[in-house]
Order: sequence, then C-alpha cells, then structure tokens
Amino acid sequence: MSVWRIARLVAAKDLRIEWHSRVLTNQVLPFAGVTMVIFAFALDSDAVLERVAPGLVWLATMFSMLVLVQRTFAVETDDGALDALRVAGVDPRAIFLGKAGGLAVQLLVLEVVLLFAAVVLFRQTVPVDGLVLLVTTLISATCGLAAVGTLYGGLAAGFRGRETLLPLLTLPAVAPVLIGATRAVEAALGTAGAVVSDGWPWVGLLLVFAVAFGVGGSLAFGPLIDE
Amino acid sequence: MSAPVVDLTDAVAVLGSFPALAGASIRIDEGDIVLLRGPNGAGKTTLLRLCAGLVPMVRGSGRILGFDLGTQRESIRRHVGVLGHQNGLYLDLTVGENIRFWGATVGASDSETHAAMERLGVADRLVDVPVRKLSAGQKRRTALACLVARRAQLWLLDEPHAGLDASARDELDATLRQAAAAGATIVVASHELERAGSLATRTVDVVAGRLHEVAPDQEHPS
Repeated sequence: MSVWRIARLVAAKDLRIEWHSRVLTNQVLPFAGVTMVIFAFALDSDAVLERVAPGLVWLATMFSMLVLVQRTFAVETDDGALDALRVAGVDPRAIFLGKAGGLAVQLLVLEVVLLFAAVVLFRQTVPVDGLVLLVTTLISATCGLAAVGTLYGGLAAGFRGRETLLPLLTLPAVAPVLIGATRAVEAALGTAGAVVSDGWPWVGLLLVFAVAFGVGGSLAFGPLIDE
Repeated sequence: MSAPVVDLTDAVAVLGSFPALAGASIRIDEGDIVLLRGPNGAGKTTLLRLCAGLVPMVRGSGRILGFDLGTQRESIRRHVGVLGHQNGLYLDLTVGENIRFWGATVGASDSETHAAMERLGVADRLVDVPVRKLSAGQKRRTALACLVARRAQLWLLDEPHAGLDASARDELDATLRQAAAAGATIVVASHELERAGSLATRTVDVVAGRLHEVAPDQEHPS
C-alpha cells in the first residue's frame, strides 16, 4: 500500500468521523462565529473593523483550529487507535499526511464561512480581480496550518496537559501564516488601498511555509508518536 | 513440519537499563494458544512487545513469522495483531466502518472484510452501530474482527479478559478458540489463570525475564 493511498484512507476516516459527530458544524463554527462577533463588539468602529477584518478572520481561524486539532487527536487517543496504527506498522508519513488532509478540508470550510461572516459583519467586498489571489491564499495558508496543527497535535497527544500545551506550541509556530495570510487577503480584498500584486509575495511565503512543515512534519511524525 | 511462528533463542530486551527479558527462549507453532503467566514486572508484556517488533532485541536471536527480529522489525508489525487494555477503535465510527478501515490499511477486499465481520459475529445486528454504544465485550469482538481484517497471523493479547463480564469472557474465549482453529496463533498474557489456562494449549511461566514451559499436568491452578 502506497503512502498516498493510506493517507487518503486516514483522511476519509477523519472526515467520516466528523460527519458522524458534527463537531465542526455544531461546536467549531459557532465558536468561530462568536469570536468574530466579540471582535466586532470590542472594536466597535466600522472604519476600524473594515481595516482589520482580514486579520480577524485569520485570528478566529487559528483559535478555532486549536479546537479542531484537539478533536482530531482525541479521536485517535480515546481508545488507543493512534497506538494501534503505529503498532500495525502503518507508515507514519501516511498518518501525518492523512490527518493533515482531513484537517485541511475542515479548515477550508471554516475559512469560507468566516470570510462570508466578514463580508456580512464587516462590510467587506470581494473584487473579481482578487478572487484568484484569495483562493490561492486560502489553500496555501490552510496547508501550512494543517501541517503545523497535525505535527504539534501529534506531539501534544502523548502528554498530560495537552490542552494547554497545544496552543503554546502551535500559536507561535503559525505566526508567519497569520501575517502572510492577513496581508495577502488584504491585497485580495483591496483593504486600505492594497492592490492584488502586493499579495503574491505573501502567498510565496505561505507556500514555502506549507512545504517546509509538510515535508518536515511527515518525516518527524514517526519519531514523535513513537515511544 | 512448517516453520515456527515464534522462534526465540536467548533473547534479551531491555527497558532503559533494566533487562526485562534476560535470555528468553521459546518456539510457538501455528495454531498454538500460549498462556504467559507470571507476576507483574516478570516480562510478559515485554515478550509480547518483542514479538510484535515494538521492542528491540539487544542480544540473542529470533524470528517472528519468518522475519528476523534484528533486521526486519517493521515488516513484523504488519503481520501481527496486538490487543492490550484498549481496543484501538474509533468510537464515533460504526463497527462496519472500523473493520473496513483497518482492513483497507492492508488492502483487504470487501469480501475479506465481510468475512472478518461474519467470523466474529458482527456482520448483521451490530454492523451499523457506533462503537461508542457497544458493550465492553462487543468492543473486544470488534477489535478482534479488525485483527482478522488486517490479516494478522499472530495475535498478541495482553490481559484480554480485563474489564469484561462473565458472558463477554465466554464469548471472547469462544472467539479465540475459533481463530486458532482457523490458523491464527495466539499468545495471551493473563493473570486470570483459570480462565486463560482452560483456553491455552500450552502454558509458559515468565519469571524474572526468563521463560519456563509448564508441564501439561501442572498447567491449571488447583
């Protein structure tokens, strides 16, 4: 069995678990929505909200991502399934890629909903000439976030106090994604006079980040989950 | 005569600097059900983990299912099923989804997976039930069906009766006898000597990291 085939199996399994449990729709999306609304109350100025909306979308994404990562590894550790995968000789690179893939799909759904919320709540508009940049940014940032989340989620899964350890490990590591994705989305939406061409160098950064953590994570995941 | 499933000669395994196995020798043939008995810390679990390729052998020689323990540990893992205190199941998936997933990790066909479900008696009433809603015995049965779907040839069971009520234990014993009759080789580490002893075809005492075969007339505790 190839690494990619097993990775697809793991991703499909994770998405099936989400389909049954509805954690994304019943818990994570409402949490992200509430976060956006609270930001709106806290900033309480249309001009400021319009200016910072792209950053708020990514902040809400990252906080919600922590819940998703906790969940995706909780299903593995509840009854020792992650151990069973390791003991069964399933390639850890495939486990990493599969779990990151499943997480990426859930993150993409979350980001689209949050962008829609930003359009409604913060009066953002999506110009047609920024659509390609916006979609590319979402995909590249999502890949980076999913890789980091899976890597540190796997690391934290074996520790007591994983709930507090995960944000401590993850949030500093995803700071480049927060910055790059915010700037690129600002360029795509034309926030504060930014133009589309300003966004592509940030997409480059996001792609480098995603590839680095994707490759590094798939190589490091085995030793991390092993004893 | 076919090659032994487990063939260890003076195998030594260490946990940290402690020799958990201090020269273990044993030969186990296909279809055997071997009970490992001994006090806590004697080395039973380490022996199971060594046979699963999870613990390195630092001295001695050994082959599991024909694979060398020194050089082919990763290959051993794909052919061995380990069941400990946890079942390794996804609680939000149904019984059928769990078994199909584990079967798919080794490329098992739909008919193989279905056969595994039938063999363990989970193909009809339980197949669409989420694992979270199963009793402890039904979860154990599902976990064993996953081992069958994974084509595990050597089953290494650590305290398999723990947490099960009397009827679930009877059910588990029947399942294991059936699996052994179908060609699986089973090694059981247990403190429940009466129950596991009646199941086993051989009994081995594990004492201070060494193995001693128990004569048939001394197998069952009085």
